[in-house]
Amino acid sequence: MVPITTFHYLVVAAALFVLGVIGVLTRRNVVIVLMSIELILNAVNLNLVAFSRMWGNLHGQVFAIFVTVDAAAEAAVGLGILIAFFRNRETINVDEIDLLKW
Amino acid sequence: MNPGMNPGMVRDMAPVATPFFFYLLAGLAVAGGVLVITRRNAVHSALALIVTLLAVAGLYLMLYAPFVAGIQIIVYAGGIMVLFLFVIMLVNIERSSKDRRFNRMWPVGLGAACALLALFVSAFVKGKALFPDRMMSLPESSNTQQIATMLYGEGGKMGPYTFAFEIASLLLLVAILGAVIMTKKKI
Repeated sequence: MVPITTFHYLVVAAALFVLGVIGVLTRRNVVIVLMSIELILNAVNLNLVAFSRMWGNLHGQVFAIFVTVDAAAEAAVGLGILIAFFRNRETINVDEIDLLKW
Repeated sequence: MNPGMNPGMVRDMAPVATPFFFYLLAGLAVAGGVLVITRRNAVHSALALIVTLLAVAGLYLMLYAPFVAGIQIIVYAGGIMVLFLFVIMLVNIERSSKDRRFNRMWPVGLGAACALLALFVSAFVKGKALFPDRMMSLPESSNTQQIATMLYGEGGKMGPYTFAFEIASLLLLVAILGAVIMTKKKI
């Protein structure tokens, strides 16, 4: 069997990234859009840690920790915005959040 | 720590059944990702995302990154997903489980994602020769100590990421303030 190399991890990360992008662009429910953003951030983290192993130093892993911290902050604020919006408009559809549309 | 061992030395322990575990964890992660973006019920999506996060934590363990795997499980699966589930239960109306799943612009979104996938495939096909065939092993017994040295510094000097660590703390403070203010009824 072919040994597992960095390339295999990059393919998995790219697949997760594309799935996250599809979720962000096509789903109606805002909470699922936010969850797809978390999927994208996880794909980026997997990329970073795979390259960290390839190069043999720990810079990628430390960067992955910072990305995780940033994802936590962004999820908290994003969900806070969602709750505030839901309180005003009573909807969680991205189709109905269209005040900026011309 | 054993005094005869320096942190850079790698003990040559052969990992067992690496392809089996890699394909299992990778398949779990991708299957969880597909379930996240296709389920009608938001709670099902959240549970599928937890499965994906745990599978990715397993992949980190295979990449000799035990500290990042621990952070992933504690912060992501244990903190962020619990927050998501709380908010889903706060805002999820019953009729949203019977609504349409995909928004009005879904063909455009799917086309853009397919373009992105084509870009990735072309990059991988062209650049496959850039990556080495064999992977070296990182020492995993001193992983946490080395990450701590990079984050906090050693011997009184600042590490390479100490300043970034302080800024990350400030970012978390700002996020806490933002989340509290966003959800107040009267600002």
